[in-house]
Amino acid sequence: MARKITLEIARYSPEQDEQPHYECFEVPVHKEWVVLDGLNHVKDNLDGSLTYRWSCRMGICGSCGMMVNGEPKLTCATFLSHYADHGASKIRVEPLRYFPVVRDLVTELSEFLNKLKRVKPWLIHDDEPPLSQGEFLQTPKQVDRYKQYSMCINCTLCYAACPVVGLDPVFVGPAALALAQRYNLDSRDQGAAERTALLAHPDGVWGCTFVGECTRVCPKHVDPAGAIQQYKIAAVMSWLRSFVMPRGQDAK
Amino acid sequence: MSTSTLQPPKKPTGYKPFHPRWYRPHVSVYWWLGEWHYLKFILREISSVFVAVFVVETLLLIHAVRQGPVAYEHYLHSMRNPAILLLNMVSLFFVVFHTITWFNLAPSAMPIRFGGRRVPDLLVASPSYVAWVAVSAVVAWLLLR
Repeated sequence: MARKITLEIARYSPEQDEQPHYECFEVPVHKEWVVLDGLNHVKDNLDGSLTYRWSCRMGICGSCGMMVNGEPKLTCATFLSHYADHGASKIRVEPLRYFPVVRDLVTELSEFLNKLKRVKPWLIHDDEPPLSQGEFLQTPKQVDRYKQYSMCINCTLCYAACPVVGLDPVFVGPAALALAQRYNLDSRDQGAAERTALLAHPDGVWGCTFVGECTRVCPKHVDPAGAIQQYKIAAVMSWLRSFVMPRGQDAK
Repeated sequence: MSTSTLQPPKKPTGYKPFHPRWYRPHVSVYWWLGEWHYLKFILREISSVFVAVFVVETLLLIHAVRQGPVAYEHYLHSMRNPAILLLNMVSLFFVVFHTITWFNLAPSAMPIRFGGRRVPDLLVASPSYVAWVAVSAVVAWLLLR
C-alpha cells in the first residue's frame, strides 16, 4: 500500500474569501509522483474546484510554478517522495509569492508580461536586410555568449524568490532583465541602445541588490542575477567611455 | 412567484461579477527574518557598516602615527577598551563574512570565457582567495618578524 502525505493547499475564492486559507488533502506517495500529480489527484478525486495551472508536465511550459514549503518550485519537477523520505508528513502548497492571486494557486501574470514586453525581447535591426541575403549566421562561440539566458521558460519562480520584486512592484525583475541581456549579447541584435533607457534605470538593473535568490531557484540554470550584474558592469563601462570619448563612442 | 425570488443573490462585499478580485499579499517589514537566504543577504549588506568601522579605525591609526608617539600610545590605549575590543571582534566576523560572500559572488558578476567556454566558478573565485591568503601572509610577516 502506498505511503500517504498531506498536501496543505492555499485556497482563495474571490467570490467568498477576503484572504486565502488552507485546506488539507491526503494523497498517495508513489515513487514517480510529483507535487503536481498530488494536485491532480486532489482535483480528480477529492475536490474538483481546486484551481491551478499546468500543461506540459516536463519542465518546459513554466506553468506549474508554486511555493512548495515556502520555496518557489516547478511542481512537475518536485517529487513527493523527496519530502516523505525526509520524514515530512505535510507539504504546504501556495501560489507564487509576490504575485496577485486570482484563485487558489493561480497567480495574475499581466504585470510580469508587461515588464517582459518593455525590455523588447526580440531581435532589433537598424536596417532589415533583404531575404535574398539568406539567414543570419552565427558561430558556436557567438551562440554560447547568450545561450544560457535564452533557456528561460517564463515560469516566474525568480520573481517569487526576489524580495525586491515584493518590495518594489515597478522593478522590472530577474527574468525580463536576463532576457534583455540575452538579446543584447546576441550578435544578430542591434537594439542594445534602445533597451538602455529601461535597463540602466533605477527600476531596471540598478533596482537589483544582488540577493542572488533568482539564480538559486531557476529550474533552467539561467542565472538572471549574473546577467543583471554583467549589465551593470557594461552600463558603467559605457558611462565611463562617454567621458573618454564624448563624441564617437559606440552606443552598444 | 414572489418578488423576492427575482432579487439577485446577495454578494459578499467587494466582489463584482466579471471583474476579478485579486488577493494582493502584503510583504511584511520582517520579510528577511523568515528565510536563511534572505537573512544572509541582509547580514552581507550590514557587513559593509563593519568594513567602514575598520576603515575609520585604520584612518585614526594613520592620523595617530602622524601626530607622534604620544598620540600613537593614546590610540593603542583606547583600542584596549573592552567595548572597542568587542566591536573589533564583531567587525572581524562581519569583514570575513563580507569577503567570503563577495568572493563567491564574483564569478556570477564577471564570468570569464576561455576557448569559447565559461571558466568554472571555482576557478574564477579561487584567485581572490589565493590573493587574500598571500596578502594576509605578507602582513603577518611584517608584523611578526
